[in-house]
Amino acid sequence: MLYNQPNPLEVKVLSRRFTLPNSQSIETYLANDGYKALEKALGMTQDQIIDEVKASGLRGRGGAGFPTGLKWSFVPRQSPKPKYIVVNADESEPGTCKDRLLIEYDPHQLIEGVIIAGQAVGAEQGYIYIRGEYRYLIDVMDRAIDEAYARGVLGDNVMGSGRKFHLASHSGAGAYECGEESALLESFEGKRGNPRIRPPFPAVAGCYQSPTILNNVETFCAVPAIFLNGGAYFAGLGSPKNGGTRLFCLSGHVNKPGVYELPMGFNLMRMINEVGGGVRGGKKLKAVIPGGSSCPVLKADECDIAMDYDSVAAAKSMLGSGGVVVMDEDTCMVNAALRIMKFYAHESCGWCIPCREGTTWLKKLLTRFHEGMGQRSDIVLIGDLSKNMLGRTFCPLGDAAAMPTIAFVEKFKDEFEAHLDGKPCPYEKSNRMVAA
Amino acid sequence: MTFSPELEARFEKFLAKYPADRKRSAVIPMLIYGQDEVGAITDELINEVAKRTGATPLQVTEVVGFYSMLHRKPQGKYHVQVCTNISCLLVGGAELWEQACKKTGLGHKETSKDGLISLEEVECMGACSWAPAVQVNYDFYHDVTPEQLDKLIDGLAAGKKPEQIAEVTKVSC
Ligand SMILES: Cc1cc2nc3c(=O)[nH]c(=O)nc-3n(C[C@H](O)[C@H](O)[C@H](O)COP(=O)(O)O)c2cc1C
Ligand code: FES
Repeated sequence: MLYNQPNPLEVKVLSRRFTLPNSQSIETYLANDGYKALEKALGMTQDQIIDEVKASGLRGRGGAGFPTGLKWSFVPRQSPKPKYIVVNADESEPGTCKDRLLIEYDPHQLIEGVIIAGQAVGAEQGYIYIRGEYRYLIDVMDRAIDEAYARGVLGDNVMGSGRKFHLASHSGAGAYECGEESALLESFEGKRGNPRIRPPFPAVAGCYQSPTILNNVETFCAVPAIFLNGGAYFAGLGSPKNGGTRLFCLSGHVNKPGVYELPMGFNLMRMINEVGGGVRGGKKLKAVIPGGSSCPVLKADECDIAMDYDSVAAAKSMLGSGGVVVMDEDTCMVNAALRIMKFYAHESCGWCIPCREGTTWLKKLLTRFHEGMGQRSDIVLIGDLSKNMLGRTFCPLGDAAAMPTIAFVEKFKDEFEAHLDGKPCPYEKSNRMVAA
Repeated sequence: MTFSPELEARFEKFLAKYPADRKRSAVIPMLIYGQDEVGAITDELINEVAKRTGATPLQVTEVVGFYSMLHRKPQGKYHVQVCTNISCLLVGGAELWEQACKKTGLGHKETSKDGLISLEEVECMGACSWAPAVQVNYDFYHDVTPEQLDKLIDGLAAGKKPEQIAEVTKVSC
């Protein structure tokens, strides 16, 4: 069962098998190009594999958009240490729900992408770190892994090539911070999910301090299509320097929320109107968070942009994790900023002070504001406090909390002012907030 | 400490996943699956996990405090989690949470006296496009209305299993 009706504007590459009966099974996968890309990759050198990924223009789908081929090339392949492949399936950026579908409907596509990554750097072991809340996906993944072993796709002789590759799932236990790559690796080693100082990056010292490729689920899922059809084909699907398609998660005030696979560079207004069916109830658009809660909000008149990393960055936000959160004219932006900050304050791991204290203070200030007890000077204070967190934290969680807050106060200062002098929230009826 | 044969088998599988000198990697998976059977992270469970993974009990204890899904006290048989994060909030997540509190008479992280139902306001659970979303234990419910939530809670309170409650459907497989 698919959660939303596909849209004719979609370009289905990663999601093309989602609607097939028994799409989880290896039989369905093998009957629909499954493991053919791996077969090709097994006949290529490590350099050729990495060059193909570079040519595809694939950039990491976890948030930062780092070029994947380049990342793979940083792994010191000559190192005597074992190499590891780690899949980030911690998906917990508010607004994001695509990795869930990729695992639920096509787990073998992920396995194939991971094994190819293993061939690129000579890794013989991979792990899939899945957030604890996705328990049923751990079962889906384990079944698929068992099938792949039974067919000789995984194991000591990958598809008769004489090479080894082993893969296992790993359960998290509830922590947004464990989506951050270095915290994920700490957590994977059975510790608290506090981040590590970087550099060294995981490519050099990752899993068990060994060279590691760590990517998002969707990034690995794009790899088979690249080898099946060529890097140039994949690059051609998207916009310059932004190869391929991406699964956009439309949520909030749209008529047809859902996960849609669209080419990189697809126009945001078209996404809302033609894919998402427009704003609910015929209301006007007020704002959009283009890539999950860490990304600065865009005002309605800033939304006529191409959804690729560079265009959204040019609009001073980020493409992030693909979570497109649509807000209509009746949304209270103070409330939205507060709810997002409550999240970051809750999820800050407490390891470094600017993040731990900054998020808590911002939560308090925003709560006071939303309750009508804010002072004019607080508007400046919220902005200043946020700016003082930027770049001063161990990991980017501090930035992830500060950046959207700065955008909320700068772009919607009028709404913050409307909450001054004990005035009740002007949007109280349409958008309430629970007590902290 | 004794566990069911199923859990023992699972633990064995977990411990085999990691290199011989890296058994500590199994700590978190063992804790969360162990908790599902034991009901909470007890001192005995901590000691057992420590023994089997080569970690110290203190190392295991400090892990427990970090992760939101690990809890030292038992929760209800049905742990009802309502997401109020941004995507859910925009389409009624806060109202749903209020309704859950009103209906059960419970607050955040509280458990009913009979131990049947506990409540938690949670962060994004990866169901943003099908919001507002609720999880009961590990099962997802999407696009939940306050009426459906009422029916769900009524059903659970009447001793029904979630799958026997016709008005709501689980979406996870
Ligand atoms: C606080 C925080 C949370 C993150 N959460 C996730 C996550 O849930 N999933 C994910 O893939 N990446 C997440 N990231 C990004 C990862 O650190 C990392 O950049 C990414 O997994 C790399 O894969 P990619 O290059 O394929 O995007 C997070 C980063 C931060 C700072
Ligand atoms: S915001 Fe509620 S599930 Fe993502």
